[in-house]
Amino acid sequence: MSETDIEPAKTVDARGSACPGPLMDLIGAVRSAESGAVVRLLSDNERSLTDVPEWVDETDNDLLATEEGDDHHAFYVEKA
Amino acid sequence: MTEQIVVVGGGTGGAVLANDLADRLGPQIDAGEVAVTLVNDGPDHVYKPVWLYVPFGQREPEDGRRRLRELVDDRVTVRVDRVTDIDTDAKQVRYHEAPVPIDYDHLVLATGSTLAPEEIPGLEAGGHNYYSESGAEALREELLSFTEGHVVLSVVGTPHMCPAAPLEFVLMADDWFRQRGLRDDVEITYTYPIMRVHGNEQIAEWARPILDSRDIRIETMFNAESVDPDEGTLTSMEGTTLDYDALVAIPPHTGSDLIADAGLGEGGWVDVDPHTLEATSHEGVYALGDAAAVGVPKAGSAAHYQANVVGQRIASEVRGRTPTATYDGKTLCFVETGMDAATFVEFDYDNPPEPVRPSQQLHWAKLAYNKSYWLTARGLL
Repeated sequence: MSETDIEPAKTVDARGSACPGPLMDLIGAVRSAESGAVVRLLSDNERSLTDVPEWVDETDNDLLATEEGDDHHAFYVEKA
Repeated sequence: MTEQIVVVGGGTGGAVLANDLADRLGPQIDAGEVAVTLVNDGPDHVYKPVWLYVPFGQREPEDGRRRLRELVDDRVTVRVDRVTDIDTDAKQVRYHEAPVPIDYDHLVLATGSTLAPEEIPGLEAGGHNYYSESGAEALREELLSFTEGHVVLSVVGTPHMCPAAPLEFVLMADDWFRQRGLRDDVEITYTYPIMRVHGNEQIAEWARPILDSRDIRIETMFNAESVDPDEGTLTSMEGTTLDYDALVAIPPHTGSDLIADAGLGEGGWVDVDPHTLEATSHEGVYALGDAAAVGVPKAGSAAHYQANVVGQRIASEVRGRTPTATYDGKTLCFVETGMDAATFVEFDYDNPPEPVRPSQQLHWAKLAYNKSYWLTARGLL
């Protein structure tokens, strides 16, 4: 896992989340975040590696960094 | 000194837990060594899954209401009051109707979800929902007079109660309009915030072909931002605008202000260890059901299973033993796929849901469970 020094305003721990899943948890957190705030998503769902970038691409938000790990991944999303 | 256990919230999680504790700690309660208080802001326990059937005239809101006092063991003190403040350092709660704070030894927060349609401009005036008694009744009146036009079901809030219910609603509405000979004149659209029709991949893959086969239009990547009730339009953050004649929305949800005020978690959801359900920021506090921020649905079955875990853990603590019971994320849902068929999913933290083939038997099973739910609330099923 490549470490980042980004300080998130909020962390969403969606490890183990099956339903409705990590991406839905992330969207809820981003919706309620302030503009410019960074939300960190922790997910152990491999699908998040494609889901999160795909969703971010469709929005004005930015995916600042992705940390891929053996147990889980971390995604840093900055709200537009 | 009597050891005080306070459970805040008399929904599924709170009621099941109160009965579980009465069962496990009956002799200690009878001896005056332990007291269990269940606090609820009203006298009734409400079983929310009934509301899905109200718009279609199949159930009435009162079918989902019972007096909490009748459901809970007599050894539990049911207090109809509101908790206005939690002091986790002093281990005290303050009630609206009490002059001084009350000490607790064990606190459980089962405060549930609250609808917050006001977060989306125009939604309160322009949108219906079936996530409240009054909403379900108003939607029933709308559907009874609806003979042609465009019904839009939009999942706006996330997280929200019962993640399967939006799919259930459009599949039931499709069937209901067909049975009434109106479907050719009624268009149905389902919107969802991400690129699939459900957040869970397996459920999305299962549901997509069913929606397609039923001519239910799909708008994915649709995060509703505003509603114009006068124009009958719903606009997303992504820039898509839909015209509607009837809007059925899953409104944004929030948890209890108590939780954020006490520093236990953001948005009214308590940050907990997903296995022990203990608050991560303070000792002696548990959360369960919708109030617990774990990666499982805000659903009654999850609250039910969590209540049994918390009950066992608190009973161990009362007895001076190390609590060992843990929650594995178990959730169980029946999912309606029409007016006379349903599927079933069961999953946990390690095993994803795998919907089975819909059948009439599973539909009956869901209806039968809804009828026998009161045994769950009583701690018997």
